[in-house]
Amino acid sequence: MQADFGRFTHAVIRAAPDSLAAQALRSGPAELQVDMEAVRREEEQYVSVLEKTLGLRVVRLEADEELPDCVFVEDPAVVCGNTALITRPGAPSRRKETEALKTALANLDLNIVEMTDESATLDGGDVLFTGREFFVGLSKRTNRRGAEILADTFQDYAVSTVPVLGTLHLKSFCSMAGPGLIAIGSSEAAQKALKTMQQMSDHKYDKLTVPDDLAANCIYMNLPDKGHVLLHCTPEQFPESAKVFEKLKDHMLIPVPNDEKRKVDGCLTCCSVLINKPSKLILTTSLAQISISREGLSTSTMTCSTHQQLGC
Amino acid sequence: MTTEVGSEPEVKKEPEKSSEEAQAEQQQQLAEQPAEPSESEPSAAAEPQPTPTDSTKPDNTDQQENAEAEPSSPPPSSGQKKEKGISRFLPPWLKRQKSHSQVEPKESSSPTDTPNQTLTEKQEEEEKEEEEAEAAEEQVGKAPEEAEKRQEEAGPKEEGEAVSPVVEQPAETKEVKAEVKEEVKAEEVQAENNSVGSVETQPAKEEKEGTSAEKKGEKGGEEVQESSVLSPLKLGKKMKIVVCHVTLLDGTQFPCEVEKRAKGQYLFFKVCEHLNLLEKDYFGLSFKDNADQRCWLDPTKEIKRQIRNSQWQFAFNVKFYPPDPSQLTEDITRYLLCLQLRQDVSSGRLPCSFVTHALLGSYTLQAELGDYDPEEQRLDSIADFQFAPSQTKELEEKVVELHKSHRGMTPAQADVQFLENAKKLSMYGVDLHHAKDSEGVDIMLGVCANGLLIYKDRLRINRFAWPKILKISYKRSNFYIKIRPGEAEQFESTVGFKLPNHRAAKRVWKVCVEHHTFFRLTNPEQPTKSKFLTLGSKFRYSGRTQAQTRQASTLIDRPAPYFERTSSKRISRSLDGAPVISVSDHGHMLDSARTPGSGENGHDPALELSSDSKSPQVEEEAEPGKGAVAGAVPAELPFETGTDGADSSETKKGNVHLGTVSSAESRNIDQSAEDKLNSEINGQPEVIEVVEETVVIEEVVKAAKPKSSAPEVSVTVASSATEEVPEVKEEEEKSASSDSESEEEAEFHPQSPSDSAHHIQEEPEEEQEQSQKAPPTNAEPQQDAEPETTDKVEAVVNQQKEEDEKTPGEETVVAPEDAPNGHHVQDGEEALTSLGAVAEEEEELEPCVVNGDASHAETERVPQVICCSEPPVVKTEMVTISDTFAAQKTEIATKEVPIVHTETKTITYEAAQLDGTGDGEPGVLMTAQTITSESLCTTTTTHITKTLKGGLSETRIEKRIVITGDSDIDHDQALAQAIKEAKEQHPDMSVTRVVVHKETELAEDDD
Repeated sequence: MQADFGRFTHAVIRAAPDSLAAQALRSGPAELQVDMEAVRREEEQYVSVLEKTLGLRVVRLEADEELPDCVFVEDPAVVCGNTALITRPGAPSRRKETEALKTALANLDLNIVEMTDESATLDGGDVLFTGREFFVGLSKRTNRRGAEILADTFQDYAVSTVPVLGTLHLKSFCSMAGPGLIAIGSSEAAQKALKTMQQMSDHKYDKLTVPDDLAANCIYMNLPDKGHVLLHCTPEQFPESAKVFEKLKDHMLIPVPNDEKRKVDGCLTCCSVLINKPSKLILTTSLAQISISREGLSTSTMTCSTHQQLGC
Repeated sequence: MTTEVGSEPEVKKEPEKSSEEAQAEQQQQLAEQPAEPSESEPSAAAEPQPTPTDSTKPDNTDQQENAEAEPSSPPPSSGQKKEKGISRFLPPWLKRQKSHSQVEPKESSSPTDTPNQTLTEKQEEEEKEEEEAEAAEEQVGKAPEEAEKRQEEAGPKEEGEAVSPVVEQPAETKEVKAEVKEEVKAEEVQAENNSVGSVETQPAKEEKEGTSAEKKGEKGGEEVQESSVLSPLKLGKKMKIVVCHVTLLDGTQFPCEVEKRAKGQYLFFKVCEHLNLLEKDYFGLSFKDNADQRCWLDPTKEIKRQIRNSQWQFAFNVKFYPPDPSQLTEDITRYLLCLQLRQDVSSGRLPCSFVTHALLGSYTLQAELGDYDPEEQRLDSIADFQFAPSQTKELEEKVVELHKSHRGMTPAQADVQFLENAKKLSMYGVDLHHAKDSEGVDIMLGVCANGLLIYKDRLRINRFAWPKILKISYKRSNFYIKIRPGEAEQFESTVGFKLPNHRAAKRVWKVCVEHHTFFRLTNPEQPTKSKFLTLGSKFRYSGRTQAQTRQASTLIDRPAPYFERTSSKRISRSLDGAPVISVSDHGHMLDSARTPGSGENGHDPALELSSDSKSPQVEEEAEPGKGAVAGAVPAELPFETGTDGADSSETKKGNVHLGTVSSAESRNIDQSAEDKLNSEINGQPEVIEVVEETVVIEEVVKAAKPKSSAPEVSVTVASSATEEVPEVKEEEEKSASSDSESEEEAEFHPQSPSDSAHHIQEEPEEEQEQSQKAPPTNAEPQQDAEPETTDKVEAVVNQQKEEDEKTPGEETVVAPEDAPNGHHVQDGEEALTSLGAVAEEEEELEPCVVNGDASHAETERVPQVICCSEPPVVKTEMVTISDTFAAQKTEIATKEVPIVHTETKTITYEAAQLDGTGDGEPGVLMTAQTITSESLCTTTTTHITKTLKGGLSETRIEKRIVITGDSDIDHDQALAQAIKEAKEQHPDMSVTRVVVHKETELAEDDD
């Protein structure tokens, strides 16, 4: 499980609707004007990094003007391993975002689990998967029932709940920056949440503390050809925090701008659903291919890949 | 413990003295017991000398009367136990004869003599005490009516058991020293009883009690089982063989013959031998208790006592799941772990996802069937394997698909892969227990290698790593953990959880103690650590820790043993074919088992003796049905050098059963309190147990439902002083173990001693003094015994003082125990304060309060207790104070020990255990005596145990004083007097423990 952590092959993203600027939910001041042009530029850059720089297969979903927040695909779905949990977003206006996502994920041959319980709410932004376990932030958008369903869905992993106060999501101030490495903001709430997570876990986590909470939201990947990859904030946006990231020597650091969507509580992780769909076809379709691949690769490697599939 | 023989004269002397004393006591009692004429005569004997407190017969006046009238039932628990043993062997009439005539000398002489001889030098005083005790016992001997009744019931049982009376004795001596000790004790007791003439009744009572207890419920069941065990033990002398059926991990049954009184480790070793397993420390034997809850068989205790009524049906299971199975040395160990995990997975206990089910299943197939063979393996055959709780075709297909990819993997490799994936599962090795949080919300407590996990539904809502936990304790049905303060926190906090019942709480506690020790400590706790275990059960994990077992594993030098894999589900080939390790090992195992057992037995016998089995015990059992109560009873047994007083005896009986062989002290305290409670219920007797090192004072006050009616108060004071006892450890350990089982409350301080220091308090000394002061009572409790008053309040004060030569000065650790109680019971609080500063400090209770459940719990518990004997109205509070230095404490504010009519308070003062030798060699039991004296208001039971350890003799006197009377009685005074007397009587001894248990029964309305 740990070995596979950060390995992704696919990314699902959704275009931002024009309604985002005016109607998207936001916790910040409404006066901030969202420049849709800037949003689209950021979006392009984001996709470009995933697709061209990192070689992921990007699945693009059409924007839906009725769903101003639909660009934030992280919230309607939680994917771990071969299973996708279609959530029930805490904001009623976002509930329908799940439909398109569900279809897309099903097309990727993931096992779809839907959160049908009317009393459950869960935003993917409150779900932090560390590679060994889940932390679910109990926030305005996510309740205990939602966390329970997530626990039932991913039974291999411990699911611990973390109170989230003052911010929209758990991942509004933290994320994984590497295997066993949690990027965490400096605010009191963030630090408190980190302590909670550390107490609740059987595993030891290192922490990467950045001055800005929002900068702590980054995207870590571990790609076969690239090694450790980290998409993080730009120096323009959070100069001090960017310096912290730049100290990571083992990572392939890729600053990604996210200034506009941040106005509507958008973070880096919010804008994509990352999926690890390893060469399942190769493994399962035909024995002939397997044997061939084994010749080229070591048997152990094959075993590992199998584990990856199963593990997540 | 050499065999009996020689010291007949001593024995004889004792009885004589006892008789004299008894007479004197009787006279005194008569004088004292104006109120209750009938009782006064028989019970009057209350011996002034032996124990500070005269125990008015705790039981109802009726009982006393009956006892007097009917020679049969001697109350003293020890006596009962002893009687049981003997009585069983002998037909009722013979029993009587023996009791009166020959029996005394023979039996008593043989057992007692040996111990006495060894100990004699230093124990002269002790002997005197014993004599006194005997006298007291005799007095006590007057068995209550209940006893008689029970006797009747028991009678048949005894007879059945009695089948081989004569033969048994020799066999016993041969078998184990411990047994001999027990026998001796029993003999002594019997003799005493006999003198009283109530022998027959006593045993019957015991049995009856046991049965009743069983019937009553889990708790009762425990007691009963223990009691039954005792009898079996005696039988064991005869070498009764029982066939145990052990379900192995591959589903096969392994029948194993064991001696009926064999310890758990014997069976466990036999099973491991059968399996050819060397790395056995990760495993254990489990059984289902009456409530169908899985319990671990304690290797250090007799099987019979643990399983109680249950069948001799066991399961071989993984007890400690190694976090990293790859570090196991042998493949066979991993194989067994795999079998366990397959069970866990297929049963749903270890939840995992579909993919993981499939992956684990595929490794199972690879290990069991080898490489995928399209011709051999078809889905229909694969369906024989249970991969998941609900197995779908889809899953099976996935399993097969993955199985294909494992080609070339050896079974051992497949096991390794299986374990590597299974160990990552979040619930791997997590032992779940249902509980409620302080707000009454259903949660699950998960005990694992790293600590304690708290789940609500499927979510982990908290986690307490072992390093964060300062203390683990349980009280009644509550389970508490004290948390080390965080960086920003100044105060440690206590988190409490409410378990379904006392036994569940105790089970969690034990599992926690074991897991902590196994996974966190490098070595099992040393004696010093015992300090941490302040109250209740001193149970400790006695096996090897993971570190030790790993180290030991490195020394394994044998060719990988051949073992036959059996697909767990479809094929049930026995592993018989597997080579057996070595017979010699076997022998060792047996020997080792026996030897420890013998040591324990020595204690046990005392227990037996102590438990004279009286009707009151039954009541106890009935009470709450709590294991705790029962547990408490056993505790007494251990102490018991000698038990006295019918009331006490009753309680003791319970104790005996409950108590594990080894530990008596702690058990005694708790048990005594409990017993007292029980007794209180019945007759509201006061029992004072004096152990050399421990002094237990129990005050039982029963108040008529109408407050106006006078409550009965039982005060038990047990004082024990160890002479020259370098090794207190043993006793402590034993007590601990026993305690754990029997006691309602128990604490465990996981951390290093330094941590524990926080808990240490100095109060004990004062308490001791007070306890001593509290004299027996003469009139304290006026048992107006109003039969009408349904409400009974029992207050039991157990004071135990333990003098540890080593420990005394240096270690003053007082673990404040469950303060929560104090909150609950106002009266109780008062008592606490009065008793000693200890109580104050122990306001740790407050944290407990956090739960808020505590109060509820108490009330709940009470009802349980009541159930047996009376309505649930009674409230019970238990406060335990432990001090390392009892000696220093001079004054106990006994005065203040307020008696609350409606509530039951138990205050336990426990001196810190001596570090001495951690090993705690099983001491050799030199002598054990139980003396019971009764007066109108008080019943005093004195247990005197002499143990020879490491060349040093240790004399432990435990006095239990049960003061029963109306509210009018000045309990405080009585307590003070009892303590005072105890001190005066044994100036050279120090009071190590004082337990005050007050029970007041209030009208239901009161609650």
